[in-house]
Amino acid sequence: MSNAVESNAVEIYELEKTYEGGTRALKGIELAIAEGDFFALLGPNGAGKSTTIGILCSLVNKTAGSVRVFGHDLDRDRAWVKAQIGVVPQEFNFNQFEPVEEVVINQGGFYGMTRKAAKKRAHELLKQLGLYDKREGMARALSGGMKRRLMIARALVHDPRMLILDEPTAGVDIELRRGMWDFLTQINKQGTTIILTTHYLEEAEALCRNIAIINEGRIVEHNSMRNLLAKLSQETFVLYAREPVESLPEMPVVGSRLIDDETIEVDLNRDQELTGVFDVLRGHGIVIERMKNKTSRLEELFLRLVQDDDAAINAEERS
Amino acid sequence: MSIRSQSDAFDHQGPGEKAVGLTPRGAWNAFLMLLTREILRFGRIWVQTVLPPMIMTALYFVVFGHLIGPRIGEIDGVPYIQYLVPGLILMSVITQSYANSVSSFFGAKFARHVEELLVSPMPNWLIIVGYVAGGVARGLTVGAAVTIVALLFAELSVHSVLNLFGVALMTSILFALGGLINAVYATHFDHISIVPTFVLTPLTYLGGVFYSINMLSEFWQQASLYNPILYIINGFRYAMLGISDVPIWSTYAILAVGILIAYFYLLRLFNKGIGLRG
Repeated sequence: MSNAVESNAVEIYELEKTYEGGTRALKGIELAIAEGDFFALLGPNGAGKSTTIGILCSLVNKTAGSVRVFGHDLDRDRAWVKAQIGVVPQEFNFNQFEPVEEVVINQGGFYGMTRKAAKKRAHELLKQLGLYDKREGMARALSGGMKRRLMIARALVHDPRMLILDEPTAGVDIELRRGMWDFLTQINKQGTTIILTTHYLEEAEALCRNIAIINEGRIVEHNSMRNLLAKLSQETFVLYAREPVESLPEMPVVGSRLIDDETIEVDLNRDQELTGVFDVLRGHGIVIERMKNKTSRLEELFLRLVQDDDAAINAEERS
Repeated sequence: MSIRSQSDAFDHQGPGEKAVGLTPRGAWNAFLMLLTREILRFGRIWVQTVLPPMIMTALYFVVFGHLIGPRIGEIDGVPYIQYLVPGLILMSVITQSYANSVSSFFGAKFARHVEELLVSPMPNWLIIVGYVAGGVARGLTVGAAVTIVALLFAELSVHSVLNLFGVALMTSILFALGGLINAVYATHFDHISIVPTFVLTPLTYLGGVFYSINMLSEFWQQASLYNPILYIINGFRYAMLGISDVPIWSTYAILAVGILIAYFYLLRLFNKGIGLRG
């Protein structure tokens, strides 16, 4: 890992966490996240994502290692570090029996804002997130998607330099999810560093510039999204024919198969082009009406990295 | 320019410099916000928080004061119904201060909105002070409401205003701290009623709310002196009626030592994250 630089929003060194009962959630992870980055932290359930985020937000005590946020040591300047961070947790953690605007205003107060300033800021954020009309109603009456947006408003009330989102779009419908993506992209462009954990890998692919994959408490990949996706050598496309297809012709691809009489799957290397496939099919009178990429590219890579890491751990344990 | 850079609530130190989270003004704003939230919380549910102790006190006055009291006569030269007043007021202060802290903080833990505070730059001592202030607000509000009820049944007298407010305030601080300790350790809703039911209520009832320890046998008089609530209730009775089974300094000593022990113990729990952080 490179030496620490002041422009990093987060620097994590040899971070370890062992919970009471002996579970080792983190096994000496190292991570650097640049200021202004839109960063994805991915991993299977129980990999250590939420523990890492919990330590950053001071909700979990670390066992060993050190964490620096914007150049300040978390142990030494904990309160200062907390003031730089806004958190959107995975589960709803606001008082459901408070009015919507009070949830946001209170949080502003806990960050030292006057009630007047917190209220003004809360109203701005509630307008931006489409919750202004609901501001006087009880928080429990909001839909799931609205509750997620309320937590984003709450996390931003003190204008943090870094926003941490743990599964922010879980249970949110596609339209709302896209709206949240646009909002997050906008505040990232304004300079807010964003760290995101998500199970929707397409979300990470669409939003994030850099990524770390964590598995069994260890970082197994830490790279830019572009470099990571470049590691993929093969992609699978699904083609839908206009008329039923009896058999497939030879095509300049790694592999091809007929799924049903109107659906064809083709596997291509990165240096192979789809136009060659279309040319051959058209030559045999097969017209393709539409097509799609079968898997999320990131999902494929994610699975491969995690499976490789699991295999390495198993081999290590056997030896 | 961002809100952050305009705010005087934050410390704007650069990397490498020692930095604190909140300025004194920011800390004051945070305290006010937490206190306001607590007051609004118990105010919203006044039917559950303020009304029941008023009804309970009225029943005590009817049963013990009006029906049984005349048969008891006077204690230390004071009619029994009047003798009851300080104990009943302070009993409400004790139970309500405790109840506010324990239910509010445990509720926040249970629903996880305690995390709103734990991720904020509020220092642990300020979170404790905010919750205790909420407990004090409810304890003294209910104490005042019960005093109004008492006016309907008995003549009120005040021997020492300073001691009246001093003992009431310190009592509510002590029991709000106690409720907070209970809430930190509690992991189920059952846990927040164990101490009030099995510890607080017996000690309060046996702490001289309804009688003077001079009415007890020598053994039970001595045994009662090990009950700290006896000193607190008698201190308040002294402030109202000028009579007490114990000297007033012992009331303040018990309260001051209790507050210091409870506060520093609680601060240690918060700093270590016991019951709060993973």
